[in-house]
Amino acid sequence: MGGMQLLRTYILPRIAQWAVVIFVGVTLTFLIPRFSPINPIDDMISRMTAFQTIDPEAVVRMRANMEDLYGLGGTLLEQYLAFWKRLLQGDLGPSFQNFPTPVAEIIGAGIPWTVGLLTTATILSWLLGIFVGSLVGYNQHRRWAQALERVVIVIYPMPYLIIALVLLVVFAFYWPLFPMVGGAQGTPALTWDYISSIFRFGFLPALSIVIGGFAFRFIIAKALATTEISSDYVQYAELAAVPKRRIVTSYVIRNTMLPHVNDLALSLGAMFEGALITEVMFGYPGVGSKLFTAISVSDYNVIMGITLLSIVGIATGSLIVDLLYPVFDPRVRLR
Amino acid sequence: MLTTIRDLFRFSLSFRFGSLILLFVAALVITSFFAPYPPEKRRVVPRKFRGDPPSAQYLLGTTALGQDVFWMLAAGVKNTLIIASIAVFIGRGIGVILGMISGYLGGTADRVIQSIVESVIVIPRLPLLILIAVILKGGLTFVSLGILIGILDWAFPSKRYRAQVLSLRERDFTHTAVFSGMNTVKIVVQEHLPFIIPFMLADVVSGFLFSIGIEVTLSYLGLNDLNSLSLGTMIYWANEWSSIFAGKPWVMIAPVTASIIMVVGFYLVSIGISEYLDPRKRLARITNVATMIAATSSSYGSAEVAGRMTDEFASPAAPSSDDPRKSKDE
Repeated sequence: MGGMQLLRTYILPRIAQWAVVIFVGVTLTFLIPRFSPINPIDDMISRMTAFQTIDPEAVVRMRANMEDLYGLGGTLLEQYLAFWKRLLQGDLGPSFQNFPTPVAEIIGAGIPWTVGLLTTATILSWLLGIFVGSLVGYNQHRRWAQALERVVIVIYPMPYLIIALVLLVVFAFYWPLFPMVGGAQGTPALTWDYISSIFRFGFLPALSIVIGGFAFRFIIAKALATTEISSDYVQYAELAAVPKRRIVTSYVIRNTMLPHVNDLALSLGAMFEGALITEVMFGYPGVGSKLFTAISVSDYNVIMGITLLSIVGIATGSLIVDLLYPVFDPRVRLR
Repeated sequence: MLTTIRDLFRFSLSFRFGSLILLFVAALVITSFFAPYPPEKRRVVPRKFRGDPPSAQYLLGTTALGQDVFWMLAAGVKNTLIIASIAVFIGRGIGVILGMISGYLGGTADRVIQSIVESVIVIPRLPLLILIAVILKGGLTFVSLGILIGILDWAFPSKRYRAQVLSLRERDFTHTAVFSGMNTVKIVVQEHLPFIIPFMLADVVSGFLFSIGIEVTLSYLGLNDLNSLSLGTMIYWANEWSSIFAGKPWVMIAPVTASIIMVVGFYLVSIGISEYLDPRKRLARITNVATMIAATSSSYGSAEVAGRMTDEFASPAAPSSDDPRKSKDE
């Protein structure tokens, strides 16, 4: 298949699909909060007029001003068009709750925490899961491998919340090795105290993500490795007395890499959804906890900003995977 | 069906363990109907026993508010299972219908459905669930929570059913049936359903896993009917009254342990069924146990079993067809 044809039949339709997905996603996130019975403007006006009487005419004018400001004026269609216009200019509007802080600033404050925590934890659990899972898959009749598998089978189905809760109770309360809430201690600076506190505060949240992610990836890696070891080339390598370590790393893991790369790209793409539960549980100051607060006070603009970010993240992650597929896998190229 | 379950019991250790756990859970649910008092009611335990650790009289201890943790747990497990059943019924229902339509009709219908499914998949589910739950807060009941979870959990299942149908359509026995003039309805009902139903069974079980997890998570965030009992609301209240800090950990331990045991039970059962469905594992059994051939050929046609095995052997297996993105919330 020629390059041009690949572009026409595979790459362009895939990019078009990416655009459609983002369009539908953005439209849905625009619509859903607007069905909420809580009107943030009524909310705010009632808060203002609670302690003083204001001329009704002034209230009407104030409402018009606010609707204009928040992009809540006019019909739904007008709001929708205005929403896209502002979006394309990169303007996510002000936060309702912390007026007039722009949403971009609020999200921006959370991003370093979330990205730092999730990138580290995801990559760690990915490496660990693939390596241990493949090793167990290769040695599946050994005692230690079976014991390890049983442990993972118990961990894997646990709701993530429960893992986090148990870690929190055990390692922050009964045996207070780590702090309970927060992201770091002291003023942000390049000092040893501040940087080490980032690690101390991030340890438990990261551990909870690593445990959950490890169990999931272990199971995939083990299943893939089990099918791989019955293949001819692995058996040939065994007969040729290739060292076992090399069989696991350069034969089994290497040949099962494709789904793992796929998984990593998608997980990293889903990062901006923020590890919502993690951040809420551990009081971590990332995007997820900001989203949770915004949801509970119906701060539309913040909700939409973060949801948007995560939709673009997930859609782009899977686009990259699909575009890289022909590079990694000749079977896709030939189809 | 019965032979299938008998075989599962005989050959799958995880299925045996899993169904034992689920039987135990079912027993607990049945006991909940015999509670001596409404389990959510406060001050039913005599004053001098309030806030006591587990004892012979109060198996799982009591709360400081005078509730008996055992009866709370029994009711909570029941309610959590009700929520999960509703969610699974709705989610898998939509998933099966869309997946089968998409797989069998193909063409434009398939493309339209697939683009909808793709768009729904990228929408972050958990924030959306929380958002809707917040909007409905106060009005949330078990039923509406179950419906809500179900409505948001059909996209991945529908993709799996579609894949299943697509692969069945390409099997040799389908071609044979088509060429010998069997009509489509008959092919679907007689030839394909026997493959889809066990697959559905495993899928339904993993649906329970997901729904229980989501119920616990949403309730922990306070997004459920907090006045009634479920595993999640029990954890919520145990946390709210800071039972751990107050030195009454059994109030927290009971629902946490129960939810772990329950999901592990469901997971073991689903492992058992998928192992049973996996032709490679089955081949290993057949070479070991000659009687298996007779057992399987009575539930499927033996020719089909053989065809299935060679088919699956030829195609590279991809357990990752369960999309990794799922893991985020499960």
